[in-house]
Amino acid sequence: MSEMNREATTSMPMTNGRAATNTTARRSTTNRRARARQTAHDERLERRRAGKSGFSNPANPRRSMMLTLICGLFVAYCLFPFVYLLVNATKTQADFTSTFGLGFGHGFALWDNLQTVFTYQDGIFGRWLVNTLLYVVVGAGGATLLAIMGGYALAKFRFPGRNAVFVVVIGAISVPGIALAVPQFLLFAKLGLTNTPWAMIIPSLISPFGLYLMWIFSDQAVPTELLEAARVDGAGEFRTFWQVSLPLLAPGIVTTSLFTIVATWNNYFLPLIMLKDSSWYPLTIGLNQWKDQASTAGGQAIQNLVITGSLVTIIPLVIAFLLLQRYWQSGLAAGAVKE
Amino acid sequence: MKFTKRAVALVGAVIMLAPLVACGSSSSSSDSGSATTSIVVWSWDSTVPRTVAGFEKANPNIKVKVTNAGTNKDEYTALNNAMSAGKGAPDIAQIEYYALPEYVIRDNLQNLSSLGASSYKSFYTPGTWSSVNINGGVYALPIDSGPMALFYNKEVFDKAGVTQVPTTWDEFYEAAKKIRATGSYITSDTGDAGFFDSMTWQAGATPFATSKDGKTVTIGLTTDSGVKKWTAFWQKMINEDLIDTKTPGWSDDWNKGLNDGSIASLLTGAWMPYNLLSGAPDGSGKWRVAQMPTWEAGGTENSENGGSSLAIIKSSDDAKVKAAYKFLDYVAHSATGIKTRVDAGAFPADNDTLKSSDFLDATSLTDSNGKANEYFGGQEYNKVLAKAATDVITGYKFLPFEVYARGIFADDAGAAYTDKSITLSQGIAAWQKNLTKYAESQGYTVK
Repeated sequence: MSEMNREATTSMPMTNGRAATNTTARRSTTNRRARARQTAHDERLERRRAGKSGFSNPANPRRSMMLTLICGLFVAYCLFPFVYLLVNATKTQADFTSTFGLGFGHGFALWDNLQTVFTYQDGIFGRWLVNTLLYVVVGAGGATLLAIMGGYALAKFRFPGRNAVFVVVIGAISVPGIALAVPQFLLFAKLGLTNTPWAMIIPSLISPFGLYLMWIFSDQAVPTELLEAARVDGAGEFRTFWQVSLPLLAPGIVTTSLFTIVATWNNYFLPLIMLKDSSWYPLTIGLNQWKDQASTAGGQAIQNLVITGSLVTIIPLVIAFLLLQRYWQSGLAAGAVKE
Repeated sequence: MKFTKRAVALVGAVIMLAPLVACGSSSSSSDSGSATTSIVVWSWDSTVPRTVAGFEKANPNIKVKVTNAGTNKDEYTALNNAMSAGKGAPDIAQIEYYALPEYVIRDNLQNLSSLGASSYKSFYTPGTWSSVNINGGVYALPIDSGPMALFYNKEVFDKAGVTQVPTTWDEFYEAAKKIRATGSYITSDTGDAGFFDSMTWQAGATPFATSKDGKTVTIGLTTDSGVKKWTAFWQKMINEDLIDTKTPGWSDDWNKGLNDGSIASLLTGAWMPYNLLSGAPDGSGKWRVAQMPTWEAGGTENSENGGSSLAIIKSSDDAKVKAAYKFLDYVAHSATGIKTRVDAGAFPADNDTLKSSDFLDATSLTDSNGKANEYFGGQEYNKVLAKAATDVITGYKFLPFEVYARGIFADDAGAAYTDKSITLSQGIAAWQKNLTKYAESQGYTVK
């Protein structure tokens, strides 16, 4: 609607002949400028009208200095740690302790820092990175797969005990994972699985929130009629799931996997108590170990490596968010409007 | 996206196999070959792993894996977890002197006397030897020590007109006033229990004691004269704003303060030089070391701060215990093992090294690029520190739950430093009360 409105108003000056007096060479740019000016003018009028009538066009909202300022503050607040990381990753250890925290140091040491991060202590940082990737791919990937299959089954099949499962899932969401970490540790110790990657992977496979999300999403996104049609055509349940339902669930899958990936990537407490072998550490525990080194007797302070390592640690997450953002948005909005 | 059955099977198979492959590599290394014994060592000290190569060369049938399971308190938590789970504890663990009694009383550690350590008394400094000697047994071997010393920034002291290093606490107080006048603080303290222990120890305090059977604990913080002496002095320093009570030790701001001179000196353990070198690089050439100020002119009393030992976790596997002891002996008692670690920055706990001319004549530290750095302006700093090690008062005892006690110190006494809403002696009294309550809840009789 709004697009059409704007088109209609901006096309008016062209029809009244003002634009026709220009030479053809300059015509297009002048036209464009005039049109932009006219659009801005019309939008301003529209906003003023909206201010009086109380109805505003969502595509041309009224501007509020206050809200802009508050939003700006929040943006600054959210970006602050990131800026701090970026700035301080360029400093040497000497500059880090001697120069202002948000200003640059005397030299630009980002490349040196990156190189040292990956070579320090025989390149153990690379090992931690690989470990984290393993936990994310197997743990978060498995959690997503289980959530999809479970959520889909709960949404699309009727079976006894379904409501009981619902109660358990909702209950499980309200129990923080940290509360379960110690009992899990004792259990895993009895099984002899502590200090192995299993101790990190198996608990990561469970994502009650992901299951709930996929349940709700499957309920909305997969029409029961479609499943009936597939069954009538002779497809088995597995084939129906993989070939008919899964493509429809893509936005939900992306949302769930983002949640589980972030949860596993950032998991700190579980590996802290489960893993005591530094060659199985994920990045979170490894970086903490580096941070603590400065406060040990005779230990070398490597705050520059901790900062640079942290930057390297968050980059994959930033990339994942940017790439999957499109799917994610459509995933969250699914079911908001009846189509 | 198209999914075929085969693709599903493949994905499933990969998901299940990946960790298997990963596990396989770890388990195969732990029990390869029947003749080799492999031992696991938990240590956060970066100099301990350096000794492994030399040890394995001399003992080809023992494989040592050193892992950093967390720094001090984190490691103790992990150790306690593994012990209560009954699985996953290492063969050897690095344990600081202050935490040692509680593991001994809980019977978690191997008594090393019968393995040959009982004759090592004259090998170690008096302070460290008394720390590993508990209830008549030897439960760990010292790997480093932290006799207290005064590290000070000479440039800031000179600028403030403090040309003579304070040798008594009265002089320290006068120096603090002069330094405060220039804008800097003589030192910082935001309520550190380890520092409190060291300082009261030096004042002759013995607030804690545990009976031989480990059932009765004495907590005498409020009645001990040494504690009173130090508390009154430190209260005066806090009241007159002569120490920085806002900058927590080991924070980035603290390092900045040491680096730019706004914190002008440190009362801390002899292991500090390498921390200063990397934490306060701009202080190079400006800092010096001196003996701790004492309560009487001409006194020499000293105490320890920090320092750790390696202990063998109790086990029924005799071969492992023997192999573990061999490694322990190499790291903590053999000349080559000790030299490897001292060269990398550890402060020794043995008399031979403390008397060796190599060690005493050093005038420079080696920085991370391998270059010599005359951080203490060419001073033979180890001569000062070695003397400090011989002056340590023996007989100071830690609580059998010292780790917990230090953890709650700031809750009880922290306000005396940070917002000054209570006095230090009120804070200490609250600490005494809570420690007594905790001891009773743990089944101790408190005297």
